[in-house]
Amino acid sequence: MSEALLDIQNLKKYFPIKAGLLSRTVGQVKAVDDISITIQPGETFGLVGESGSGKSTVGRTAIRLTDKTAGEVRFKGTDIYSLPPEQLRQLRPKMQLIFQDPYSSLNPRVRIGEAIGEAVLDHGLAPASDIRDIVKEVLASCGLSSYHIDRFPHEFSGGQRQRIGIARALVLNPELIIADEPVSALDVSIQAQIINLFSHLQESKGLTYLFISHDLSVVEHLCSRIGVMYLGSMVETASRDELFRHPLHPYTKALLSAVPIPIPKLKRERIVLKGDIPSPANPPSGCKFHTRCPFAEQRCVEEVPVFRNMGGEHWVACHLV
Amino acid sequence: MPSIQAEVTNVATNRPQAVKSSLWRQSIRKLLKNKLAVGGFAVVVFMFLLCFVGPLFSPYTDNKVNMTMMNKAPNIHHWLGTDKLGRDVLTRVMQAGRISLTVGIASMVLSVFIGTLLGAIAGYYRGIVDQVIMRIADLLLTIPSLPLLFIFGALLSEWKVPTDYRMYIVMLILSLVGWPSLARMVRGQLLSLREREFMQATIVLGLRDRRKLVNHLLPNLVPLLIVIATLNIGGAILSESVLSFFGLGVMPPTPTWGNMIDAANNMIDFQERPWLWVPPGFSIFATVIAINIFGDGLRDVLDPKQKR
Ligand SMILES: Nc1ncnc2c1ncn2[C@@H]1O[C@H](COP(=O)(O)OP(=O)(O)OP(=O)(O)O)[C@@H](O)[C@H]1O
Ligand SMILES: [Mg+2]
Repeated sequence: MSEALLDIQNLKKYFPIKAGLLSRTVGQVKAVDDISITIQPGETFGLVGESGSGKSTVGRTAIRLTDKTAGEVRFKGTDIYSLPPEQLRQLRPKMQLIFQDPYSSLNPRVRIGEAIGEAVLDHGLAPASDIRDIVKEVLASCGLSSYHIDRFPHEFSGGQRQRIGIARALVLNPELIIADEPVSALDVSIQAQIINLFSHLQESKGLTYLFISHDLSVVEHLCSRIGVMYLGSMVETASRDELFRHPLHPYTKALLSAVPIPIPKLKRERIVLKGDIPSPANPPSGCKFHTRCPFAEQRCVEEVPVFRNMGGEHWVACHLV
Repeated sequence: MPSIQAEVTNVATNRPQAVKSSLWRQSIRKLLKNKLAVGGFAVVVFMFLLCFVGPLFSPYTDNKVNMTMMNKAPNIHHWLGTDKLGRDVLTRVMQAGRISLTVGIASMVLSVFIGTLLGAIAGYYRGIVDQVIMRIADLLLTIPSLPLLFIFGALLSEWKVPTDYRMYIVMLILSLVGWPSLARMVRGQLLSLREREFMQATIVLGLRDRRKLVNHLLPNLVPLLIVIATLNIGGAILSESVLSFFGLGVMPPTPTWGNMIDAANNMIDFQERPWLWVPPGFSIFATVIAINIFGDGLRDVLDPKQKR
């Protein structure tokens, strides 16, 4: 097997819960609890799960935007958590993150041209005299016009801003792009455009994506492999086709029954989830999903299910399959 | 009504213009729409002109003691009357304004400088440096500023500081009292900016620290600083007046609005010679109110989030 582009092994990220006058730590939010993801070059991995399941935290720890609690993250074989600051900074262009909110991720006081070009300068990727041309080129490839270069973020719509965010990452020639719900703040009609842009860019530049979404239908078009997260843990990973045809975990089935089916003949089990996602500060015992699982047994309450390979790289963590 | 065609070309030709218009220009345009703020600014400008240009037109700037002209009510030669040494009150109000405004601005500059520097260091480096700086600031903040000012003022008198230097020392004292709240605000703003997504983006992009600071942090800090600085001038003028009124700040014969109101300490002067204390009192009142109104207007424009 070739070397993975991104290799996340047993990643954990706990946030302390502080309380009281002296800010004592009274507990932990297990935002990411023992997650492993391996992404090969050119692959598109979709990470789905409800709000609060820890998707963003996976994305942010995967590029060391926040520190991890435990585990290992290797980018092209390099353990990014052991790199000294300056070397990490120099590696950063290769792994880019696209933020969920196109409004807050652009500095309101920095012109678009500068926002896109400044990192190119700081990494010495091009001489200063070429920056404007480079920025115009990348703007064009993201569906924006070259006269946008001197404008401020507030002069753009949400969809355009997300294109700017993509352009800002793209101009650095990254190998990995982590997209954290890049379309969930946008109108449905714009969502399709942006997803098309992502898919077009992948074809033309051979990018590798870790695409985060709470919506399976968004991931479906783009991703070759999909992982489903619940309360900080991975419950199922499989290739897209396998996951959509033979979902094994009840949670995946529930998510899928919320997705409109293009082929009406294909009957799916309808599973409607009751209640809300439990607090990650105080997760349920055993299988974390047992409080909402329609098939839960005594065993699910007591034993933590093992994440195991069911054959054909279809992994699942459930006692009942 | 222009035709549609004209409208279209208009939009097209206006584009480059719109491109150039910076955020600052937009803010100024918004500020000009705020009548109250414009009024406040006008009053401030007027007071400045009065104090710095006005005395040039006065025949009484030598401040000669004139026993024949003691305590005269306002008349054609002395529009605001004369004081107990026969000096022209209007001229003295203008000269006092020079000192008061200078002290206000200088101590503002100093406390903004100290406060920003310390606040930025605390907010940027955090940890132990932050703890030390902020505990000192807290300590200074817990003591009400008026008694603190009195203590410093009394020390000045105790140490027999020559009257000529007192003005500069008063500036120092005022900024010493002024910086903690500023440092706290700057630090808070920095900490909240750090968490903003566009600052996180600068990390992801791997920008150098210098660029993060100069291009991203500072531009978002400056509007807040301008607002605080403006409001701070008013406060400093007021504090200087209070100190001088109690004879702990700038001392006569150097006039300031504060030590001129000292005339009101005397019952006879207070009741029968209002021209002695009303003009300096009104000057303080008008200047401070105007600065605060203008500062509030600035806040609305530059820092919309701070609105209640
Ligand atoms: N900086 C933080 N400090 C404390 N708790 C945090 C922090 N960031 C995230 N969390 C907690 O970690 C859990 C997972 O958060 P995360 O943002 O990763 O979820 P998510 O799956 O991305 O959700 P969403 O779809 O809403 O973006 C949440 O319970 C959240 O409250
Ligand atoms: Mg998220």
